[in-house]
Amino acid sequence: MSKKSYRQALNEAMRQEMERDPRVIIMGEDIAGGTGTDGDQDAWGGPMGVTKGLRPQFGPDRVLDTHLAEISFVGAAAGAAATGLRPIVELMFVDFMGVCFDQIFNQAAKFRYMFGGKAVTPLVVRTMYGAGFRAASQHSQCLYPMFTHIPGLKVALPSNPYEAKGLLIQAIRDDDPVIFFEHKALYDMEGEVPDEPYAIPFGEANVTREGDDVTIVAFGRMVNFANEAADNLAKQGITCTVVDPRTTSPLDTETILETVAETGRLVVVDEAHPRCSMASDVAGLVAENAFDALKAPIRLVTAPHAPVPFSSVLEDLYIPGVDKIEAAVHTVMQHGRKEAAE
Amino acid sequence: MTSPKRITPFWAGDEQEDETRGQRIMPAIQAITMPKWGLAMEEGMLARWAVEEGAPIAAGDEIMDIETSKIANVFESPVAGILRRKVVADGETVPVGALLGVVSEGEVADAEVDAFVADFLASFKPVEKGGDDGPSAEPITVAGRTIRHLRLGPEEGTPMLLIHGFGADLATWMFNQQALAEDRPVYALDLPGHGGSAKQVEDGSVAGLAATVRAYMDVAGIEKAHLVGHSLGGAIAVAIALDAPEKVTALTLVAPAGFGESIAGDFIAGFISETRSRKLRPVLEMLVANPDMVSADMVEDVLKFKRLDGAPDALRAVAAANFEGDRQKLSLRDRLGDVGVPVHVVWGEDDRILSAAHAEGLPDGIAVTRLPGVGHIAHMEKASEINGVIKSVG
Repeated sequence: MSKKSYRQALNEAMRQEMERDPRVIIMGEDIAGGTGTDGDQDAWGGPMGVTKGLRPQFGPDRVLDTHLAEISFVGAAAGAAATGLRPIVELMFVDFMGVCFDQIFNQAAKFRYMFGGKAVTPLVVRTMYGAGFRAASQHSQCLYPMFTHIPGLKVALPSNPYEAKGLLIQAIRDDDPVIFFEHKALYDMEGEVPDEPYAIPFGEANVTREGDDVTIVAFGRMVNFANEAADNLAKQGITCTVVDPRTTSPLDTETILETVAETGRLVVVDEAHPRCSMASDVAGLVAENAFDALKAPIRLVTAPHAPVPFSSVLEDLYIPGVDKIEAAVHTVMQHGRKEAAE
Repeated sequence: MTSPKRITPFWAGDEQEDETRGQRIMPAIQAITMPKWGLAMEEGMLARWAVEEGAPIAAGDEIMDIETSKIANVFESPVAGILRRKVVADGETVPVGALLGVVSEGEVADAEVDAFVADFLASFKPVEKGGDDGPSAEPITVAGRTIRHLRLGPEEGTPMLLIHGFGADLATWMFNQQALAEDRPVYALDLPGHGGSAKQVEDGSVAGLAATVRAYMDVAGIEKAHLVGHSLGGAIAVAIALDAPEKVTALTLVAPAGFGESIAGDFIAGFISETRSRKLRPVLEMLVANPDMVSADMVEDVLKFKRLDGAPDALRAVAAANFEGDRQKLSLRDRLGDVGVPVHVVWGEDDRILSAAHAEGLPDGIAVTRLPGVGHIAHMEKASEINGVIKSVG
């Protein structure tokens, strides 16, 4: 066990799985860098340096720098997965899904169903998401709800370095296509990460705080904000249970419903836009299945229904933060008291 | 009277600082400082004082509850006297080594206590957060496989080797190893399949695990040691004493396996199968008399261990080799009379995993200490008392 960054944890996951299983290959734009030139090889290691060092260790046959055309290399990865390899393909920004979505949702996601369960597609699409990088609206979105919507895809959202390594190893070993969302603001986050390989099962939520008053369900980077809010609120005498579902597909509905049954109040924190989001999805789940447990209306903390602004001032306002989560918790806590006072 | 040097905790600074501080303090005044439970502990919260200012306290009295991110436990006073000052209030979090309270013996004026507190606070330097000082567990290669171990204490003195039980690792000795290592080298290892050791366990039997521990002793240069074993580790310690008596000076066995037929099979099954913290917690609570001792991090640490490649298979293999439902396969009871070294058995009377009844009817010459209000992990639940027993054994 030693301290590692989110970036190092992801690199270690890929390195260990490539050492363990020769069928694991990686491909994407500039994941090594320098290919086809006289300049430095492995010059870049991807836009965030996550794949740095893999090309020298595993060679050009297993670490493929691709051309700038997602439609073809994501399609090639889906085909490679269907025919015996276990490719990890890097989609530099999830915002680029528009140019390769057919390969993902109409092809990779459907093979198992189209071929009567006889075909498997062990494909991992690693992709970067989220605001906070001053990268404007075409490089900052949280499009995981769109992938969550598609049956046949699995969707993982690691919230810290420990989760990143364990969920990526699970993604690589999984026989279904997995869309693996890495938040760009988390790459430098450090935490204790075991040196040995380990897998975190999909569909098992992590309960990061336990409390009596409010359940906060948060996704990806938002889990860290929810934990911080819960710690602040505990000092004010309000204790929260924080649930990190880890994967939106499959979703651990059991833990969400159980913890809401205990607290009777729910705040959902989702960096995506509010309509057709994980926030609205979890709210619907609880309203349908745990209505009688609720002591207050469910509150959603999300980004606004607007593109991510390029203005740094507006972008900071746009991202759900610790204070917005605390305010939402106070709102659900005051619900009954307000009525009593009136 | 304790010598002045003893009041400076081992982690608070180097020798020179100890001497400087020693010259400045009054020996009749003693500090109670935040203990270091386990190598990773940097700070702790004084949850609740259990004594009032002005009250007399004896060494070993439970004087406060302390909570760390890993564990919550009662803190037993290392010193005796009158509690003169609570320097830290209930609910405050302070670094390891920080002054919590002041105890005096004999006639000591308030002004002297004040001066002591002021002096301590002025010279106290907390260990830097995230700093990489102090010993840490290391990998060592034993018969081609990695075994993780931790050695504390001086070179001289009869060595002691701490052997944990099923599903645990060397961190189970967080309240014991440092205290025992005052005047001797004390080793703790992760058994094969456990903690940071390689996950191959062969057949998982006590004999097989004991063979690895013997090989480890050779590699680590431990010629002869006082073996301290908990639960399954107790059975391993007995097996080594029977098969290689030349390697053993004494045995202290905390709730050892192999002393009776029954075992809580639902604990073993639940420990292996539960993968969610909310389901695993009640299983781990079976280990202790007071369930509050099981912290969220303790549950999480077990889950993290079980997610390591090979760990679940190792646990299943060890369980299959040694337990069958509510029954233990191995019985060492008939052979205990053949152990040629001093043996002391310690058992919590509220042990829900291995019944304290297993401590009854043992051969003459085996000392038994039964602890009321204590569960299966007695060395954590009643650390000071058990450390005292271990030291008295040899």
